[in-house]
Amino acid sequence: MRIAPDVLAEIRRHLAAAYPTEGCGLLLGTRGPNGDVVVRRQLPVLNRRAADGGGRTRYLIGPEDFLTAERDARQASLVVVGTYHSHPDVPARPSAYDTEHAWPWYCYLIASVAGGEVQEERVWELRDDRSGFVERELEVKES
Amino acid sequence: MPVTVHIPTPLRPYVGGRDTVATSAGTVGEILERLAGEHAQLRAHLYRDDGRLRSFVNVYLNDRDIRDLAREGTRAADGDEVSIVPSIAGGAVAVVTALPELTHAEILRYSRHLILPEVGPGGQRRIKAARVLLVGAGGLGSPAALYLAAAGVGTIGLVDFDTVDATNLQRQILHGTGVVGRPKLESAEARLQDLNPHVHIEPFPVRLTSENALEILRDFDIVVDGTDNFPTRYLVNDACVLLGKPNVYGSIFRFEGQASVFHAEAGPCYRCLYSEPPPPGLVPSCAEGGVLGVLPGIIGSIQALEALKLILGAGDTLVGRLVLFDALKFRFRELTLHKDPDCPVCGSNPSVRELIDYEAFCGIGAAPAYEGPEITATDLARDLRENPDLELVDVREMREWEICRIPGARLIPLGQLPERLTELDGHKEIVTHCHKGTRSMRALEILRAAGFSKVRSLRGGIEAWATEVDPSVPRY
Repeated sequence: MRIAPDVLAEIRRHLAAAYPTEGCGLLLGTRGPNGDVVVRRQLPVLNRRAADGGGRTRYLIGPEDFLTAERDARQASLVVVGTYHSHPDVPARPSAYDTEHAWPWYCYLIASVAGGEVQEERVWELRDDRSGFVERELEVKES
Repeated sequence: MPVTVHIPTPLRPYVGGRDTVATSAGTVGEILERLAGEHAQLRAHLYRDDGRLRSFVNVYLNDRDIRDLAREGTRAADGDEVSIVPSIAGGAVAVVTALPELTHAEILRYSRHLILPEVGPGGQRRIKAARVLLVGAGGLGSPAALYLAAAGVGTIGLVDFDTVDATNLQRQILHGTGVVGRPKLESAEARLQDLNPHVHIEPFPVRLTSENALEILRDFDIVVDGTDNFPTRYLVNDACVLLGKPNVYGSIFRFEGQASVFHAEAGPCYRCLYSEPPPPGLVPSCAEGGVLGVLPGIIGSIQALEALKLILGAGDTLVGRLVLFDALKFRFRELTLHKDPDCPVCGSNPSVRELIDYEAFCGIGAAPAYEGPEITATDLARDLRENPDLELVDVREMREWEICRIPGARLIPLGQLPERLTELDGHKEIVTHCHKGTRSMRALEILRAAGFSKVRSLRGGIEAWATEVDPSVPRY
């Protein structure tokens, strides 16, 4: 998955500011027939679990947010190619909860945030049989 | 005109890359079922194993969420549009990536697990993928570590900074006579690797502190608390709550033990049960009060059992339940625990949002419970030689007195001291002593409150006397 440095910087700012709550958002871009993903824009979304107190270890992007994002994406000739969220004080690996709730095809960018600073980002994609995630390469590069 | 079903991008690969699929009229449930029937791979992404729609699959009829209509019974007529709209949920909990395969040697070793329907190959692979951290490689940690390693838990972390002492061997079955004086982790690692070379042991030869706890715990799925003191117990609890990890708790004293699973996401935490620690000195430790060696074997095994159930997702765990075991009466009792909405760490408005100073929280360290002048064992030996009038008062129990004593000492157990003050001469200099120095400080407090002024306490108790002055006195 390729992402421009300034888009990644925006994501980092958002997730660092959300700490110790999980921050989340959607990734807009293109996905080629061979599965190559290029992220062009990031769209921060309000974590709907932040309000009910579950936001420290959960995030939820609701269908309304999703429809809005798809509309925005269409106008820019892009699609929703994935999502990003933070794991405050835990590694950037998908949790069992992530696996249970994951969609195929989307790239899941997970950032571990400790003490309000992003430590690392890793990108994951659900296996077709839902048995787990496979890690994808994250390429930070202008496109 | 048929019904049009809008397919979201992630599901298009399963319907030949199309963004819409035309189908005939019917209820939304029938339409989705038909879709899943025609495109087999789609089923797993739309439905759970029990046949219900996944919670993050939202379905709209035209512009209305079917949850606001007749749900899956909502009828779609010709010309209507049905849209599948994702919502995305997730978050940080136990880490699961693709499960590791079992080697032939492992299949043979775990055969008794593999033939259990509740475990099977899938469960054993989950056990292999699991990462369990044991805080303490002592009485509780020993049986827990042995059983978890034998069961094939892929990664076992061990936190302990202590060395093996001869007094440990009565119950800490990870360690043997040959390793007395060596670090506990060294002997634990050797024993566990011999038991099962397929598991990976991660030693942390440090004291768990507020500074390092999150760093150490965050890479594990489950934490097993085998600590013997309150500051570390609260530290482990709070760190587990902050990280959203289950904490398999056990504690032992004399002939009684307790066990539970504290997992704030699913039930109460340790602070919901005990929001504040007891005053320092009120609850004696095993070193002061003793413990039957078999007891940690029972409680530590319960902890290993619960950890395995959490990994497997099998059975009913001890979340929300506290088990009390009385070995003398041989009775298990069970208390139901409730989550405290005002819990300072896992409640709805927590006041503890990061790790604190647990020594201070438990009243240890910076503010000692009882202050008073102490005397070292070496100085006491000199004073006893030079001052024949010095009164040495042993405040331990009779059974401890039977194990060993300092020559010339008079036995007045701490509990009897207030009634037996008249036996002491207020003009004489008095030194109190116990096993390791804690009870003797309380005795000193009692004596001072009663007006005795020339009182000191032997620092480190008879233990210090045995190591520094008289090696013929046995340590216990």
